[in-house]
Amino acid sequence: MSGYMGKILRVNLTDRTVKVEPLDLKVAQKYLGSRGLGVKIMVDEVPANVDPFSEENKIIIATGALTGAPVPTSGRYMVISKSPLTGTIAIANSGGYWGPKFKATGHDAIIFEGKADKPVYLYIEDDKIEIRDASHIWGKTVSEATEIIKGDHEGVNVLSIGPAGENLSLMASIMNDLDRAAGRGGIGAVMGSKNLKAVVVRGSKKVSLFDEERVKKVSSEKIRILREDPVAGGGLPSYGSAVLVNIINESGVLPVRNFQKSYTDNADLISGETMTEKHLVKKQACFRCPIACGRVVKLADGSVVGGPEYETVWSYGADCDVYDYDAINEANMLCNDYGLDTISAGATIAAAMELYEKGYIKDEDIEKDGLSLNWGDAKAIVGWTKKMALREGFGDKLTDGSYRLAESYGVPELSMSVKKQELPAYDPRGVQGHGITYAVNNRGGCHIKGYMISPEILGYPEKLDRLSLEGKAAYAKVFHDLTAVIDSIGLCVFSTFGLGLPDYVDMYNAVCGDIYDDDSLLEAGERVWNLEKLFNLREGIDSSHDTLPKRLLEEPVVNGPTEGHIHHLDKLLPEYYEVRGWDEKGIPTEETLERLGLEEYKKYLGLASK
Amino acid sequence: MIKVEVRLFAYFREGRWKKKTLEFEEGTTLSDIVKYLNIDEEEVSILLLNGIDGPASREPKDGDIVSLFPPVGGG
Repeated sequence: MSGYMGKILRVNLTDRTVKVEPLDLKVAQKYLGSRGLGVKIMVDEVPANVDPFSEENKIIIATGALTGAPVPTSGRYMVISKSPLTGTIAIANSGGYWGPKFKATGHDAIIFEGKADKPVYLYIEDDKIEIRDASHIWGKTVSEATEIIKGDHEGVNVLSIGPAGENLSLMASIMNDLDRAAGRGGIGAVMGSKNLKAVVVRGSKKVSLFDEERVKKVSSEKIRILREDPVAGGGLPSYGSAVLVNIINESGVLPVRNFQKSYTDNADLISGETMTEKHLVKKQACFRCPIACGRVVKLADGSVVGGPEYETVWSYGADCDVYDYDAINEANMLCNDYGLDTISAGATIAAAMELYEKGYIKDEDIEKDGLSLNWGDAKAIVGWTKKMALREGFGDKLTDGSYRLAESYGVPELSMSVKKQELPAYDPRGVQGHGITYAVNNRGGCHIKGYMISPEILGYPEKLDRLSLEGKAAYAKVFHDLTAVIDSIGLCVFSTFGLGLPDYVDMYNAVCGDIYDDDSLLEAGERVWNLEKLFNLREGIDSSHDTLPKRLLEEPVVNGPTEGHIHHLDKLLPEYYEVRGWDEKGIPTEETLERLGLEEYKKYLGLASK
Repeated sequence: MIKVEVRLFAYFREGRWKKKTLEFEEGTTLSDIVKYLNIDEEEVSILLLNGIDGPASREPKDGDIVSLFPPVGGG
């Protein structure tokens, strides 16, 4: 079996049983693996409307056919479940080393079912698989738990939740290799609800290759493209993803004060250039990555930790009107160590600051916490982060995200979220195509599953007018499908700074056999996107949820180069549904499902339209 | 003469500066400004005039802001 290991682990935490099941190769190839395979398992095995924290919900950790293979950026894995934050499908991706090391145990995926009665962790060393007691690491931070586990087991890689996941924070992440995160959707809380603290792996197996010589040739060609690309081989490794701060700000789409403004004169204080000059210790790379966008930074107290990504620099920085890099670095470190999604965490503090500014949150609500909710308070962003993870004081309210917070004051529109998940670091009023991604993303407010910033600002693969609507819906659809491909085969989406669809076809076919061409591989991504959509429709999440916060649709930008613009979703959304082959209510047509080989799921269309 | 604020980013700052207000003759194009800075136009990936990307043939007016980026990306 080329590319795939051929085995899936089914771990029932209620019964404490582990079954090794054969991977159906035809299914794996049809859905590619990782994200696609996980979504299919969720749709097939989890009934509609289950409580995300119940025994009925499952959590799937899956690798792609190329994860661990000797091709560039093959360090990725995916966590798939039903999100407690959004109620949609949860699909959260991470890099580092854990994914390939898990695959080296000889398994493609793990399906966790049920719920343990006491804290446990899963230990996998090739065919030796044990559910072990985790009472000694429950309550520990990610770094503490990792250190204890590494003391008990030699040569392992650790995936774990932190206290935030144990405390069922709806913004809890799953962490691996200390500072890599499967961040979004509150997926760490699903692990916490199952009393599952960690998954510890050590493997000795190799990914078998369809054509080893061809893999070598194809791989060195793609590595060369990435090294020669000015972004993948230049801007990203030199400055990290935070190099975006200045360009996004100069374009007038950097959200400030919870999207009340879209430009700041202070951006350079939190830019990638400033991080590089003042805080960077070294860069770090994930498994088989020639890009190395990861940062290692020094905190104010001298400790050396994983550094923040662009999104984090924005959420804790400009969105809270904080321009203190030491505080942002510390908040980022706390998110990693306590297991919080940095986007939702920072953006929720920003929403709370606006709720305080407007008088909804009162001084007496927060006085016992000894922390302010004033714009620009660097001490506050650090302090609230820890309180959110531990559900202490007002942090207990913050930790379920900005939507539930704002809704509790009767003003849900002050949450800058879609499907209850916080939006990332780009104001869609100035990047019209990117706004489509926000509105229709199957996992709620998210930038990475169709990064229209690439064509609309960065010029990849070509430059589009960021304010124009023309052709944007069709463009966004291709980006959504291509990202589903990259996620599902197990590579990093940053490889698109250099590589395109034919490159992914080359790599997949060299590793797995000559299965796909350009059109059919992109169609496999489309299949995955549609199946996710069916999962959401089955949950009652229909087109009324494909929207943006009122502020972005009705209030023109007040400052900077995008001043005066709103987002024109009313024009773009119908066009998007049409190019998707969906009806005007955003429901896939029978013909579309047939074209994609999803006939067996037509039964869910009836449910959706009711 | 017109005054234009020129902002440089990423490695364009090396051996230069972050931002400066410079004086040019009316009718000066962005391309002329890039040449004046001794930057190879091929290396300019994003060329903003008041936050809007576009061709180097554009002519800034008095008080305009020009931002120059080499290829950058992230997400």
